[in-house]
Amino acid sequence: MEVDYSGDIMTLNMGPQHPSTHGVLRLELKTDGEIVADAVPHIGYLHRCFEKHVENVDYAGVVPFTDRMDYCAAMNMELGYVLTVEKLMGIEVNNRVRCLRIIMAELSRIASHLIAAGTYGNDIGSFTPFLWCFRDRETILDFFEETSGARLLYNYNWIGGLMHDIKPGLEEKIIEFIDYFEPEVDNLNRLLSDNFIFIKRTAGVGILSPEQAVSYGVTGPNLRGSGVKFDVRREEPYLGYEDYEFDIPVGLGEHGPVGSCWDRYMVRIREVKESCKIVRQAVARLTPGDVREAVPKRIKPPAGEVYMRTECPRGELGYLLVSDGSLKPYRLKVKSPCFTVMSAFREVSRGAMIADVVSILGSFDIVLGEIDR
Amino acid sequence: MESVAQLLEKIPKYDALPETISALMPILASSVILFAMLALAVLFMVWLERKVSAHIQDRLGPMVVGGWHGWAQTIADALKLLLKEDIVPASVDRVLFKMAPFIVFLGAFAAYVVLPFGSSSFVTDLNIGILYIVAVSSLSVIGIIMAGWSSNNKYSLYGSMRAAAQIVSYEIPAAVAIMTVVLFTGSLSMVDIVRAQTGGIQNWFLFRNPFLFLAFVVYFIASLAEVNRTPFDLPEAESELVAGYHTEYSGMRFAFFFLAEYANMFLVASVATTLFLGGWTQAVPASIMPQIVPGPVVFFVKALILIFIQMWMRWSLPRLRVDQLMYINWKVLLPVSFALVLGAGWMATL
Amino acid sequence: MNPQEIAALLSEKFGQRIPESDADALNPWSAVDPSSILDVCRFMRSDGRLEMDHLELLGGVDYKDRIEVVYVVYSMKHHHRYTLKCRLPREEPHLSTVESVWKVANWHERETYDMFGVLFDGHSDMRRILCPDDWEGYPLRKDYKTPDSYRGMPV
Repeated sequence: MEVDYSGDIMTLNMGPQHPSTHGVLRLELKTDGEIVADAVPHIGYLHRCFEKHVENVDYAGVVPFTDRMDYCAAMNMELGYVLTVEKLMGIEVNNRVRCLRIIMAELSRIASHLIAAGTYGNDIGSFTPFLWCFRDRETILDFFEETSGARLLYNYNWIGGLMHDIKPGLEEKIIEFIDYFEPEVDNLNRLLSDNFIFIKRTAGVGILSPEQAVSYGVTGPNLRGSGVKFDVRREEPYLGYEDYEFDIPVGLGEHGPVGSCWDRYMVRIREVKESCKIVRQAVARLTPGDVREAVPKRIKPPAGEVYMRTECPRGELGYLLVSDGSLKPYRLKVKSPCFTVMSAFREVSRGAMIADVVSILGSFDIVLGEIDR
Repeated sequence: MESVAQLLEKIPKYDALPETISALMPILASSVILFAMLALAVLFMVWLERKVSAHIQDRLGPMVVGGWHGWAQTIADALKLLLKEDIVPASVDRVLFKMAPFIVFLGAFAAYVVLPFGSSSFVTDLNIGILYIVAVSSLSVIGIIMAGWSSNNKYSLYGSMRAAAQIVSYEIPAAVAIMTVVLFTGSLSMVDIVRAQTGGIQNWFLFRNPFLFLAFVVYFIASLAEVNRTPFDLPEAESELVAGYHTEYSGMRFAFFFLAEYANMFLVASVATTLFLGGWTQAVPASIMPQIVPGPVVFFVKALILIFIQMWMRWSLPRLRVDQLMYINWKVLLPVSFALVLGAGWMATL
Repeated sequence: MNPQEIAALLSEKFGQRIPESDADALNPWSAVDPSSILDVCRFMRSDGRLEMDHLELLGGVDYKDRIEVVYVVYSMKHHHRYTLKCRLPREEPHLSTVESVWKVANWHERETYDMFGVLFDGHSDMRRILCPDDWEGYPLRKDYKTPDSYRGMPV
């Protein structure tokens, strides 16, 4: 539909303090009544210059910093970093570490997607899914707490291993949780995903075509929501993901064009089920072993440069690590998935309505800690 | 009001008062009684809403204050709101800003005058009762626009413009749905409408014929929109407009908006009870079992069931978008309600 | 294509404009003459054998004597990755924008400008992105000194 924007334009500052900007993001909306002629995102309110900090701490000390980027999926953030350093140093970890890392990463993905789905329901105006999701996320956080002592920022993955082994009996509890949780996802679908109003609000809104998505460097569930079947766990497997059986859900466009907010949301819901499958397989593959077996006494990688990416809940997380052979990283550049998807926001939301802007932003599932770093 | 006047006359030396005052006294007294009743009902409804939402969301809700299931929580909250600082931002239009909450509340409160809670428990029985309710309850739009405009906040402005568009639009199908009932009673008086439904559940307009049943559905949906409840809570859409037209309000003035919201909820539930659910009459015909339960109790129970459904919807449905809201009104509810008037009119002539 | 083939293809196509390559490194790379970065990127994006349609990362590294802008590109179709590096002087570094090749470069280049002071010629919106517009200095340069205060607020 062609809209004439020549009428009076009002500037509406959405954020940095606003219930649905998911953090301290400012959107400068040029509105014509309820229609948004232009939406300019302004980021940087949470900028801590993490990349500068890490140049002054040793390699192991970087892990807590990475935790604080995407605080909703801290396990995955630190996993990406330790894998990068291990790749540079050529460290091989044993099977137990690999399986435990996969279990923790996938549980963290479930927890993160639960936040995404819950807050998205909240953005659309339904409050109940939010609490249902947080109830189940709570159990996962309990597992993390039992294992690492922290509920949000774990510092659990170490270079060359893990901080601790899991407590005996935790694997049974995890399987018990997965058994309970899988039907719970269908419950959530009945409440929210298949709700008529929810579909009307999200399908056909904020369409990101596959070409746009690739050009904007959109990754992860947002890319798959546009119908591109691409997952780093499949394309460049790490930790032995190639041996696991799981599907890569993509947006199918059941309700309107592919690449809408509903598709992006639904990809996350389907991924949660795939993660459950992976966790089951990883628990079955657990073998006894020492989780600190390969932890080096002194972390001093050779001079060189390495790039490594992992599949985080919000997309590909890439680390470019430059080492000068000293005890501290010379440069660590992070490719943040939310940063790239946010750069597509302006184009996607042009001509939408105010309520759609919230809907699009929620479907991108951004975490400002990672955008601003 | 008559019974209140009779009670007042028992006060010693009441006759000695000047005539102007003794004429005003019953009005004043019944307003106070009505307000107290309404405040109590709202306190209870807020508690109920918190409990209902909590159990829908797999939590417990308030459990501590007052002992049994946190019954005193809303009283504590109300006290807190009344004692809080009344912040008036620097750049607001002070007069309008301060007045707005009371006008919003007034619109809801004035309509209570004609609600018949029991066969003799009502303030007055206007012969244009239902018309009066439709007219007076839309007064609150003026208050909402005043609040939105005077707040000098863009979110408030958006909220109030949405509210105005929404309430004015949805009044039409609601009024047309009310008309179908009036076709059968031939009277606009609320008391007459209830009296036309005495004699058991089969005489309630809800079950009288299919057209009236659908008219109830139309009225219920439209009334949800009129009182800004989910899925029609766009004027205060938290995720888009922060808090809509009452973004800048705090303390007691915010409490009045809150009170008005719940008073409105109770009002539309009461109107639906009166029009479709037989008001104070019991479900079993008096020939089988005479009415032992007092009328007001029956009335409250029916209204509370409707309120429970409102809450249930609020905590399970997402919110509509503004264009979808208008679509439902003008392209779905309005044609349907006109068709219902035609159908009901045909039934009434049979 | 494997990195050796990509490196060979690039030096065959661009000759002197690719002064240095290391295809056997952990992260295979080629240095690109700063003036021809746009041509190289366009070629890598459009050539049927490469089809690098995904700009994974664009960022700077300060090597004290020079600033390097690193481009990590990937092909969704052929599943290969390659790294390009542009070596720039520390004084007034500027580079041509690749916004027209990958739209995501817009924000990445703004971040590189913000952190390293590399100006991108032809960029549509060359503003700071993470720091405030009136921030002084480029934080990720190695000789950066944190100011004591910003607009009267202690940093």
